[in-house]
Amino acid sequence: MSELTALLFPITIFVLAILCGFEVISKVPATLHTPLMSGANSIHGIVLVGGMFIAASADEPIAYLLAFVAMVFGAANVVGGYVVTDRMLQMFRKKPVAPKVGPDGASGAAKA
Amino acid sequence: MSYENVYPFVYLAWLAGAACFVLGLHYMNSPATARNGNRLSAAGMAIAVGSTAILLLVQGISVGAWAIIIVGFLIGGAVGLWTARTVPMTAMPQLVSVFNAVGGGAAALVAIDDFLAHGTAGGANVSTTLFVVLGVVIGSVTFSGSLIASGKLQGVIRGKPIIFPGSRLLTIAMGLVALFGTFGLVFTATGTVVLDPLVADLVLLAIIGSALVFGVTMVLPIGGADMPVVISLLNAFPGTAAAMAGFAIDNPVLIIAGALVGASGGILTKLMADAMNRSILNIMIGGFGGGESAVAATGGGAGGSVRAIGADDAAIQLAYAQLVIIVPGYGLAVAQAQHACRELGELLEERGVDVEYAIHPVAGRMPGHMNVLLAEANVPYPMLKEMDEVNPDFDRADVVLVVGANDVTNPAARRPGNPVSGMPILDVDHAKSIIVIKRSMGRGYAGIDNELYTNPKTGMLFADAKEGLAQLTTAVKAL
Repeated sequence: MSELTALLFPITIFVLAILCGFEVISKVPATLHTPLMSGANSIHGIVLVGGMFIAASADEPIAYLLAFVAMVFGAANVVGGYVVTDRMLQMFRKKPVAPKVGPDGASGAAKA
Repeated sequence: MSYENVYPFVYLAWLAGAACFVLGLHYMNSPATARNGNRLSAAGMAIAVGSTAILLLVQGISVGAWAIIIVGFLIGGAVGLWTARTVPMTAMPQLVSVFNAVGGGAAALVAIDDFLAHGTAGGANVSTTLFVVLGVVIGSVTFSGSLIASGKLQGVIRGKPIIFPGSRLLTIAMGLVALFGTFGLVFTATGTVVLDPLVADLVLLAIIGSALVFGVTMVLPIGGADMPVVISLLNAFPGTAAAMAGFAIDNPVLIIAGALVGASGGILTKLMADAMNRSILNIMIGGFGGGESAVAATGGGAGGSVRAIGADDAAIQLAYAQLVIIVPGYGLAVAQAQHACRELGELLEERGVDVEYAIHPVAGRMPGHMNVLLAEANVPYPMLKEMDEVNPDFDRADVVLVVGANDVTNPAARRPGNPVSGMPILDVDHAKSIIVIKRSMGRGYAGIDNELYTNPKTGMLFADAKEGLAQLTTAVKAL
């Protein structure tokens, strides 16, 4: 199999995944665009898997260093991204919840 | 169990993870299911990472490698968790920008390592080299560009376009270095050019350096209010970089996930640019609001007189209206007035007034930012209306309350020949009466006078957003 032929399959996946992404994401309402962005943001933290592979094959100091920094960056991206997206989404409610007011809201009420 | 036996199952697990990402994004199509969608996506991530760990376990990697993986994950995860828990909602654009930076950075590092491991001395093939170098370039540009964007949003770096003599030339030069470096390395892989491995490493170093500088000089000239577009664009980049890394290490989940994120960033970039009626290229070239193009085009029109209104008069209008539409803008977020806004809205609803919130696509500093701020303040999402949905409602609105929004309400956008021409706006001027809470007659980002303020139907309540809303709430209560 030539080099180019071997590439055809991954390119097929890539193109289909982009189309699939367009299809799914174009249905997301504007209200949710910030959580969408931070959620998509955590998905690109998948590069963590790449970080694990380069850590596994590391055999010299520079490779260890690169792998370590990649792991730290990737993990911060994944964990932080999902947690902050969840934090935002739990605030989206259909009906107001009366008793629970944030610290800022309380001070606003005091002023008024 | 051998590596060969386990690999197909791990591959299927990666595919399952990728499927979770797609379904998770699908559930984002409604606020009611979005939270479960995000959790599904997180579960997919856990499956992908967990199955990779199993593969490495079977493969039998060194203790040192495990230490790096585990310690790196714990440190990064802890930092990410702490930041995500503590960041205020107003700072969300900066945070997303920082996550873009680290994601792009990680992708670049994976690609750099892959390059160093395979080298160019016959070990790597052409396609791998191409994707590795593309991953390095895109990842590095994202890293430095996103950090600058984040600094601008946080106010550490001046928000106005920063242009120094020769900055555009520098950007172009850096782009050329990265481009020719990439060609050089790919031709080395084909055998057309023969490079000493050490020279090849130096070429890669030059590519990394120029890509980092390119990221900085690309974002510096872009003005603060164009940030929604820039963040969206910088969100697409690390996805693409992850996909490139996926091509290089032949991993399907990286390719699929990267493609999904690239599509997401691409769509949002287009939506934001359309909402400002500017091309992406125009924004990237920068300089809008810097002064040169802005002032000239105002012309006459805006010379009318301004009518100031007191909180008591405004409160009477609001309290006895049937339909009130509130138009929140970035000024509301800056003043942290979302809670005061919700309070006034609730008070009016208790009096039997219908209240709606009209959200322009670029309200806030990133796509959908204003919705998150109002959701945080406990405003139910069915009350938040998008521009196309709410525009017909202005005709029957008794009062529109504009809080901290400016250019997106300027009727001048309907006429050609000025900086906001053609920009989709909220039809605030169609309402029977308009109240604008604003500190002064200062201009918006586009640098022109807002004709809405001189409209005879408009009353200006001169106050800080939070202060003005509190005054109105007190006055309505006193009725």
